[in-house]
Amino acid sequence: MLESSFLACNKMTFEVTQILLSAQSPDARIRTEAEICLRQFQEQNLPGFLVSLSFELSNNEKPIETRRLAGIILKNSLDAKDGARKNLLIQQWMGIDTVVKSQIKDLLLRTLASSAPEAWHTSAQVIAKVASVEIPQKQWPELIGKLLNNMSQRDHPASMKQATLETLGFVCEEISHQDLEQDEVNTVLTAVVQGMNLAEHSPEIRLAATKALYNALDFAQTNFENEMERNYIMKVVCETAMSKEVEIRQAAFECLVSIASTYYDLLGPYMQTLFELTSNVVRADEEAVALQALEFWSSICDEELELQDFESSEAGESGSSHSHFIEKALSALVPMLLETLLKQQEDQDQDDTIWNLSMAGGTCLGLVARTVGDAVLPLVMPFVEENIRKPDWHCREAATYAFGSVLEGPSVEKLSPLVSAGLDFLLNLMKDENSHVRDTTAWTLGRIFELLDVITSENLQKVVIVLLESIRDAPHIAEKVCGAIYYLAQEFEDAGNNSLLSPYLTEMFSSLLATADRTDSFNSKLRISAYETINEVVRSSNLSESSLIISQLLPVIMNKLQQTLDLQIISSDEREKQSDVQASLCGVLQVIIQKLGSADETRPAIVQFSDQIMMTFLSVFACHNSTVHEEAMLAVGALAYATGPGFLKYMTEFSKYLQMGLQNFEEYQVCSITVGVVGDICRALDDKILPFCDGIMELLLKDLHSNVLHRSVKPAIFSCFGDIALAIGDQFEKYIQHALPVMQQATEVCAQIDISDEEMMEYGYQLKRSIFESYSGILQGFKDTKSELMVPYASHLLQFIELVCNDKQRDESVTKAAVAVMGDLADALGSNMKLLFRDRVFYIDFLGECLQSDDEQLKETATWTQGMIGRIMVS
Amino acid sequence: MAPSDHRRPYKRPAISDQQRRRDHSLLRQAQNRLDAQQRARCLASSILSLENPETDSVPDLDSTTGQEQSEVPPKEFDVRQASKLRGVEARRWFARQLMLPEWMIDVPDRLSRDWYVFARPAGKRCFVVSSNGATVSRLRNGSILHRFPSALPSGSRSRDASGTSQSYSIMDCIFHEPDQTYYVIDILCWRGYSLYDCSAEFRFFWLNSKLAESGACGPPSQYHRYRFSLIPVYNCDHNGLSAAYMGAVPYVKDGLLFYNKEAKYQTGNTPLALVWKDENCSQYVIDTDNQGNIPIQQQEHKISIDCLSKERDKMRSIYLPNSDILSLYIWNANRMKWVVLELQDDGKLNTSDDPPVAFGCLDSDFVHKSGLHSGNLLRFSIGDNGLSFMEERLDKADLCYIGKSNRARAFADSYSKIVFQHMVRHSPLKMDDFLSSITSSDDQENQLNDIEMTG
Repeated sequence: MLESSFLACNKMTFEVTQILLSAQSPDARIRTEAEICLRQFQEQNLPGFLVSLSFELSNNEKPIETRRLAGIILKNSLDAKDGARKNLLIQQWMGIDTVVKSQIKDLLLRTLASSAPEAWHTSAQVIAKVASVEIPQKQWPELIGKLLNNMSQRDHPASMKQATLETLGFVCEEISHQDLEQDEVNTVLTAVVQGMNLAEHSPEIRLAATKALYNALDFAQTNFENEMERNYIMKVVCETAMSKEVEIRQAAFECLVSIASTYYDLLGPYMQTLFELTSNVVRADEEAVALQALEFWSSICDEELELQDFESSEAGESGSSHSHFIEKALSALVPMLLETLLKQQEDQDQDDTIWNLSMAGGTCLGLVARTVGDAVLPLVMPFVEENIRKPDWHCREAATYAFGSVLEGPSVEKLSPLVSAGLDFLLNLMKDENSHVRDTTAWTLGRIFELLDVITSENLQKVVIVLLESIRDAPHIAEKVCGAIYYLAQEFEDAGNNSLLSPYLTEMFSSLLATADRTDSFNSKLRISAYETINEVVRSSNLSESSLIISQLLPVIMNKLQQTLDLQIISSDEREKQSDVQASLCGVLQVIIQKLGSADETRPAIVQFSDQIMMTFLSVFACHNSTVHEEAMLAVGALAYATGPGFLKYMTEFSKYLQMGLQNFEEYQVCSITVGVVGDICRALDDKILPFCDGIMELLLKDLHSNVLHRSVKPAIFSCFGDIALAIGDQFEKYIQHALPVMQQATEVCAQIDISDEEMMEYGYQLKRSIFESYSGILQGFKDTKSELMVPYASHLLQFIELVCNDKQRDESVTKAAVAVMGDLADALGSNMKLLFRDRVFYIDFLGECLQSDDEQLKETATWTQGMIGRIMVS
Repeated sequence: MAPSDHRRPYKRPAISDQQRRRDHSLLRQAQNRLDAQQRARCLASSILSLENPETDSVPDLDSTTGQEQSEVPPKEFDVRQASKLRGVEARRWFARQLMLPEWMIDVPDRLSRDWYVFARPAGKRCFVVSSNGATVSRLRNGSILHRFPSALPSGSRSRDASGTSQSYSIMDCIFHEPDQTYYVIDILCWRGYSLYDCSAEFRFFWLNSKLAESGACGPPSQYHRYRFSLIPVYNCDHNGLSAAYMGAVPYVKDGLLFYNKEAKYQTGNTPLALVWKDENCSQYVIDTDNQGNIPIQQQEHKISIDCLSKERDKMRSIYLPNSDILSLYIWNANRMKWVVLELQDDGKLNTSDDPPVAFGCLDSDFVHKSGLHSGNLLRFSIGDNGLSFMEERLDKADLCYIGKSNRARAFADSYSKIVFQHMVRHSPLKMDDFLSSITSSDDQENQLNDIEMTG
């Protein structure tokens, strides 16, 4: 058999070479034919196909381009971006005969000895992919041994060590550190660290070794805990970080960055050395290396911030693992970072792909400020004051950027006087001759509004005037000005004095609308920012003072949306832009509708336009784009709430999009929002929703049974059952036999949720709350007429309530829903519940707990529930 | 394959408005769901206690209710509480539930921007409660005017009882005798939804959209004994004011009512609702000048006889209206110059305002001799010296005691009413005053706008 497959493969080899050449032909026809041919081969005889490709890859006599392509196709036969396809590929690989797989693996390993870099490089990647499948299953135990063997052979070409180290790195990257035995880890690390040895190896090998170490660091837990081994690894890494080759230095610093986050708590003894090493590099080395050195400090900040978060939330003793490296290095670290700020590049603000020293330095400074708080200010403020007036724009920009970077972290008491004193200066800087200075100033103003509360009725006017002038500046500056207005509005909303903004709303809206319409911006970011800022200004405005202005904004946005529908769309770019704009506009409409719909007094402003609004939304739905659907759906929900029973006339048209949304499993956000909108419509229409309920309920039940639909949608569906039941009352009867069993199943899911996983715990709360809401709606809906239908389910529900009550960790929202549904049971089922409650006295303690709560709403509900239960217990 | 690109967000305001929009929506939906379920629960408890107000069964299980009855009635109208009250208590309680406009003694600022105006129908101020298959109208003193079936929600037993049969609606009306119609001037509660805390602007909007929908504006039938009708309400600008003042309406006008748009429904006297009259828009003045009879009032009297206690002095009641706003006897200022004040422990004579205004003091001998008690409502004529004012506040009042007021009266007069009367006789507030005030305030507002724009 072995022979026959060899024969078959030999026979195929020629053909593969030819096909692989054709597959790279400049002639599209030949290329397509070759691709079809390859696909047929793959489908008809996968093992033969893979062996042939392996032969091609390993054969030194084959053209380099066919070898490389063979390698790529091999890799793609084992890996795919799409999770489902990847699983399929893995299953196929595992199904192949062991003998054939061994043959392929041998050929791959043999390729590492090839003198052609393209060949061994590709082979290293394929080996890593095979390893990622087989090592966790212990199906390729000899791999590590064979690779290490390569390192000790003297008769192999030098490139083979390089290829082997690279392969080791790739393998480590692909597998988890649990997949290797400690002695394997030890030997791998030994080989890699030896490979970094300056005296013994060529730069190519040392670079490959350093990169391999980067990937192997995760495996080195045990080795790092051993002081001798750790000292050795750190010594080698630090030496490598001073190599004369830039690439090797960069790779070594990447290792240090990784060590900073993985082994933070073991770094103490090395910090002095590391500080000197990094600050030399930041000051004098090539940018690529210096960026990594800065990243080292940013990573230290990340670690310390996380420790501080953890400490403050746990309210424990100062954590033993917090070493305060930043605090200790502060007086030397900050000056080093400030120096980097002066190394800006021209036009860095207009190119999103640039990442340079000043950007990384400022980012690191921001993290330092968050880590140490007030202590950063005396080190930064003299720099700001010294540079902010200098003629060289680099100085002014650096000063502003430094100031903006330290606004988060230090105390409000320390910052507020500084910001108040500097505000006028900053406002003037918005007129600086240099666009970088203006850009950074706009960003800084946004940070001020976001983080501090310094705007008063006295200085508001000049702030607004400056912002509305600067929003006409270059697009990248205008975008930051939008951000500043966004946070300015938010600040007033949070502070509860939003009426101060009222006099400026008209001008703000018209400026933001003009900004959204600008044509000088080559991407959509400015437009999106402008519309999102409109949203925030609408949300944070004082309703009674601004309802007129906002209701005037409504037809303007409506017209814009209508215009997008009237556009002649030709290219796919135009189509994409259209749907982007529509999504933004639907977002604005949603915010306006929700704002004006939130008060009885202003709701008529929406209702009078509702026909027009709804017609436009229906046209938007016809545009088939999920982002737009999501936004339009949110807006329709707000509209249904605003119009109330008047929404009925739209239902015939709208229900098909409702159904589409409920069936959108892939884009689960759309599905989830649609479920929420069903609830809105239920409350708007009450029993008038009845004719549409069959269709909706069927889809909701399908959603619940789906394995594909994201789980986060499911709680919303249970709540929605309650909404429907409350709306249609006893007409819900026909759905009981379908809905109740799923609800009961869901209670069992709740009981099995892994509460050690925080995310799952939160999901459990949602699920419990939604099940209670569902029962509440059904019980209240049946109360007057058909409550006896719920008697068979009462015991199960009460049992579930008890189970939830016994969880003392339960979220308060769950408690509220539980106590309410208990009252609903008593209210709806009356004396039927007498025996059940008598047998389950847990409710007495539970009510006691709720009645002692500080939450008035909870107390009120508990009092009501107590009354309801009391009524049946004395009857 | 080390990921060398350690880029971090740079100078980027972290706006994620889409997530914010989602969150806001979810928050709204959660709140609406909670409200809907709470409403269902709330209506549930009203079934327990909202029995027929006139039956004698004790419907409530909650033993604390008894105590609450004797306490001062809660600020918020609670029909469930009130339905348990009986007889005098019930009347006294209901009597406090109407919003009572002050008499307009000067023109409020921003009249054209902040106020509505409408022509008040002549008739009996009352409020109408529909619940549990019946509709009851009560006069201001709490006595029942009519009990009848209506097309209002839960207003008759014939109506479809699905879900809402237990909810109640309350409206502030004027019953207009000539066409036997309830003119609705305000709405307090609709299908159990309280509108007390809503602005007048919204209440009127709600009234306009809901009343017609219910069928209550239709012609009388077996299940709908009286027609209800809306009143045209105008913005108090030049045109609106003229329309209310001069415009034709199907009812007899009795003055103008001014409502502040933002005002919530506040029981008792409030300066945010104002009444004003002159000869042109109140028929009573014209009709009663020479004869000394008040024909409309006599019609009212017929109704009054049915609903007031038997011991009442019938002769006098001819001149005594039931509604505070009307108080026509004093409106007809040239002939019946009397005011009604409430006697206090210390002899002070107070108005019905909160806080009250003292108009004078009776000495204790006189009180004793005349058999008067604190709380009595006493009638006084205004003497030749009338009322004198210092810096726009009442300084002196020349009062002559006439006697006790009729028992059907529940309240003393309000300060604004007395002052209005005084003004009518001396320097009445005229329609021209309103019009000129509107014009001048428009100018002022324009100026303000100019300042805002340039500032």
